[in-house]
Amino acid sequence: MAVKVYIPTPLRPYTDRKDAVEVSGSDVGEVLQQLVSSHPQLKSHLFTAEGKLRSFVNVYLNDEDIRYTGAEKTPVKPSDTLSIVPSIAGGSPASACCCSRC
Amino acid sequence: MATTAEPVSVNLSNDEIMRYSRHLIIPEVGIEGQRKLKAARVLMIGAGGLGAPVALYLAAAGVGTLGVVDYDTVDFTNLQRQVIHGTGDVGRLKLESARNTITEINPNVKVVGYAEKLTSENALQIFKDYDLVVDGTDNFPTRYLVNDACVLTGIPNVYASIFRFEGQASVLALPDGPCYRCWYPEPPPPGLVPSCAEGGVLGVLPGIMGTLQAMETIKLILGIGQPLKNRVMLFDALQMKFRELKLRKNPDCPVCGTHPTIKHLIDYQEFCGMRAVEEAQPVPEIAGMKQITALELKDEIDAGKPLVIVDVREPNEYQICRIPNSILIPLGELPKRAHELSPEQDIVVHCKMGGRSAQALDYLQKSGFKKVRNLEGGILAWSDEVDPSVPKY
Repeated sequence: MAVKVYIPTPLRPYTDRKDAVEVSGSDVGEVLQQLVSSHPQLKSHLFTAEGKLRSFVNVYLNDEDIRYTGAEKTPVKPSDTLSIVPSIAGGSPASACCCSRC
Repeated sequence: MATTAEPVSVNLSNDEIMRYSRHLIIPEVGIEGQRKLKAARVLMIGAGGLGAPVALYLAAAGVGTLGVVDYDTVDFTNLQRQVIHGTGDVGRLKLESARNTITEINPNVKVVGYAEKLTSENALQIFKDYDLVVDGTDNFPTRYLVNDACVLTGIPNVYASIFRFEGQASVLALPDGPCYRCWYPEPPPPGLVPSCAEGGVLGVLPGIMGTLQAMETIKLILGIGQPLKNRVMLFDALQMKFRELKLRKNPDCPVCGTHPTIKHLIDYQEFCGMRAVEEAQPVPEIAGMKQITALELKDEIDAGKPLVIVDVREPNEYQICRIPNSILIPLGELPKRAHELSPEQDIVVHCKMGGRSAQALDYLQKSGFKKVRNLEGGILAWSDEVDPSVPKY
């Protein structure tokens, strides 16, 4: 069962520039695991070393924040869309930059 | 703040009635609404990409007092999106440039300038004179500072943020409404924030998101319509789609929850993990990293020394400028393309300023390349010291 996962701009370098990918799974956790196994470079951006979703990456099932629907156990249906919504700060790359030296 | 319930004592002159006539004939605004706008005091954090359209529209709409916090000066790279500044303003304080434009649009607006960095020390003192804050910041420490200061002072925060073709907007810190920390409890660590290789923003995008902020600000002042509360608007310019997501107040939020643990402003640089980065060496410490200056590189090229110059920037950056005879291998492609290089070759790696190329050097050294040097200061140093015809970006 595949759901559509929206990939935000900052993470598109890790999904071959795709803005959405179809991923299968029966709940949000499975979908995310499937997503990082087909796009391994995403893993460190979505999960901590302990395998927990990072706190600055919000995941929405349709328009609901999964923190309020059962987190990664939230079941998904084929018509659902999952959105990854990271915090962003753009406009002036130098100040938003990871290193201020590139 | 100026809400519908409060009597507004300011009056409009005949000139102002003429100026605002297209507002006055809307029943939802009228004389009373226009007076509220005139009485309103709005503090803008930043007069940049988002702040520019906010200031232009709030000034035109007749908001009586606009506070502007910005200590930065206008540079050429701002002009592509910060439409409140012009070419002749390059080098001036953004605050002064913005003040001129605002006054030109509407001399009835009082502009209060703060040519200083917003800090935990000055924020509450500045905020106390305002009804609303419009957050146009481009960095996480200031965003969390603005958020917490709004919650602590009870001032609503009209928020937006942008990246390349995407924007987010919401009205935060309204009574019973969520704050930025309810949504994002923690900032990303500096290493996971996009680097300048991945940054950039299409100039119109802050125009769209900033005008959404201006609209929400005016609605709040007038007390009309439904504010963008308990929800966030996502905008994707490439798909031309707005999507609305639910945003809930988190009862466990450390600043606006039922048992807050943050009751004073904190050290936001530290909170965002920036201290370590700021104190770090300008170029990452890499064991045995050899550097070469732009002038030394030029001398070696002129002397006919066999060199392989590897540019590790992105293809779009290579299109802007390049060092003659360099080959392009973007940093992200290096692992699968390192075989194109030979460990016996004399290699010089470079990027825009020297950061990405230091990572490339580290990778190559660990892969057995012995003769790799990093161009100090990247292609910008090359432009400064060797060939001024190479454009800087």
